[in-house]
Amino acid sequence: MNERLSISAARNIFYGGTIFFAVIFIGLVIDSVYYATDPETSNAEEINEQVALGKEVWERHSCINCHSLLGEGAYFAPELGNVWVRRGGAEDPEGAADYIKEWMKSQPTGIEGRRQMPNFDLSEEELDALVEFFKWTNGIDTQGWPPNDEG
Amino acid sequence: MKYQTQQVALYYFVGALVLFLSQVTFGALAGAVYVWPNLLAETLPFNIIRMIHTNSLIVWLLMGFMGAAYYLVPEEAETEIYSSFLAKLQFWLFLGGGAAAIVGYIFGVHGGREFLEQPLWIKIAIVGVMLIFLFNLSMTILKGRKTAVSVVLIIGLWMVALLFLFAFYNPVNLVLDKVFWWFVVHLWVEGVWELIMASILAFLMIKMTGVDREIVEKWLYLIVSLALFTGLLGTGHHYYWIGTPGYWQWIGSVFSTLEVAPFFAMVMFTFYMVWKGGRKHPNHAAILWALGCSVFAFFGAGVWGFLHTLANVNYYSHGTQVTAAHGHLAFYGAYVMVNLAIITYALPKLLGREPYNQTLNMWGFWICSSGVAFMTFTLTFAGVIQSHVQRYLGEAYMDVQDQMMFFYQLRLGSGLVVVIGAFIIVYSLLVPGKEAQRVNSTAQQPAE
Repeated sequence: MNERLSISAARNIFYGGTIFFAVIFIGLVIDSVYYATDPETSNAEEINEQVALGKEVWERHSCINCHSLLGEGAYFAPELGNVWVRRGGAEDPEGAADYIKEWMKSQPTGIEGRRQMPNFDLSEEELDALVEFFKWTNGIDTQGWPPNDEG
Repeated sequence: MKYQTQQVALYYFVGALVLFLSQVTFGALAGAVYVWPNLLAETLPFNIIRMIHTNSLIVWLLMGFMGAAYYLVPEEAETEIYSSFLAKLQFWLFLGGGAAAIVGYIFGVHGGREFLEQPLWIKIAIVGVMLIFLFNLSMTILKGRKTAVSVVLIIGLWMVALLFLFAFYNPVNLVLDKVFWWFVVHLWVEGVWELIMASILAFLMIKMTGVDREIVEKWLYLIVSLALFTGLLGTGHHYYWIGTPGYWQWIGSVFSTLEVAPFFAMVMFTFYMVWKGGRKHPNHAAILWALGCSVFAFFGAGVWGFLHTLANVNYYSHGTQVTAAHGHLAFYGAYVMVNLAIITYALPKLLGREPYNQTLNMWGFWICSSGVAFMTFTLTFAGVIQSHVQRYLGEAYMDVQDQMMFFYQLRLGSGLVVVIGAFIIVYSLLVPGKEAQRVNSTAQQPAE
């Protein structure tokens, strides 16, 4: 290591530089928080009690440890961030909602050699809420991701 | 071993090694479910198996870091630990909390955010344990010599605890949920954990190569500077597609590409120190783990991270098996190996034996590392297929998964090799060999 760089100079570079980059990072995160809550740039205003309950159901059963949501999760089961459009929610909202609810109710399939999803015994209210959560999530502006409806 | 209270590290190291075995066993089980999807489907669904796999990993790595801190801080600060009672109490609380969480998962008691599935009361207990730990360690450093190694280490550990507080914030707005979830996940593993890792490596280099502390500490500051200068804004590579502004694609691409730099510096550092030191330290296995750590971290976190970090590549690879490949090699290279390096170095001293079962330990190194490397290759191939066929050509998820089965079979095979390697490593560390018994019966060698 360079003889001219003293240990205290190295230490000051570490502290000074870290503070510098931390300030920029925090500034950008604050801007992103505004972006994600502003009705101009986000769908945050469309969050209602059903969406909130849907998210709670999603978390209670730890869906994320099989599925992914906006690409984050376990990759063992399909992406669900855009399951709403994949099941035709754009053209036929009722049909898509029914499809998702019936799918949940008919699990597990028990088919040999096929990945199994447990039955979570959800009430009609919880199923509706979960659908609303998927519908809302589908409306997040994800900069064009994923590349196609298959997720 | 110079200070009596360093002995508490033994609890942490043994606890960490036991959880290590749990982690790899449940990992292999999850790999088996990929190949035989009906396995345990009714009794222990995949999401629970994976939760136990990832949580065991996180808890054992943290436990190892705590053990490392209790081992190295007294030698750095040249004083006994402030309270060995608190250190032991904290160990049992942490182990109890971790065990309760894992048993709870089996019975369906869990939260639903990835890696942060611990129920609220366990999260509160974790904060309590961390506060006891940080108080105990900070008091030790305050009353003793303050070296760069122990200061960087304690900053890293304090930041681990502070960032964990974001685990308590779970807004209904999924975008904000994800933004701050990464404050724990990314800023831990691509931020402050690197401080802990670098300071442990620096300690090992000082002890094992005999190179001047001043040179080692300058390297340490260089490495941790690079880690945070790139890692903080590198968080941007998680903000591409989750409802955050488009500028993150540029910031994330540039800074996360630079995240390779601290890992490359660690390779330069460890090899240069071992070469410059030129001293033959008797604990060959510990040197092997330390060198292996920097190399595997460079490939896992550095190269495999870069592979899919540019926004226009990530557009196709995001959330495929490419991510899984990177995750496995990066965690193994950086944090599993640094833990095994310090444990391999410290356990013989804590148990009052000369380095023992070295050959077996090194066999464990090569078997486990080959297994993880091969697993990474298979998952990378699987992920490239998935990116192309599903993301680019638009075939349905499950159809593409069927086409990847061959790679999942190979992954299960390599996973079993990892399990065998892990058991060999733990056996070689905990069970004395013939050479150790011989040495023990002749004379107690002075430590260091």
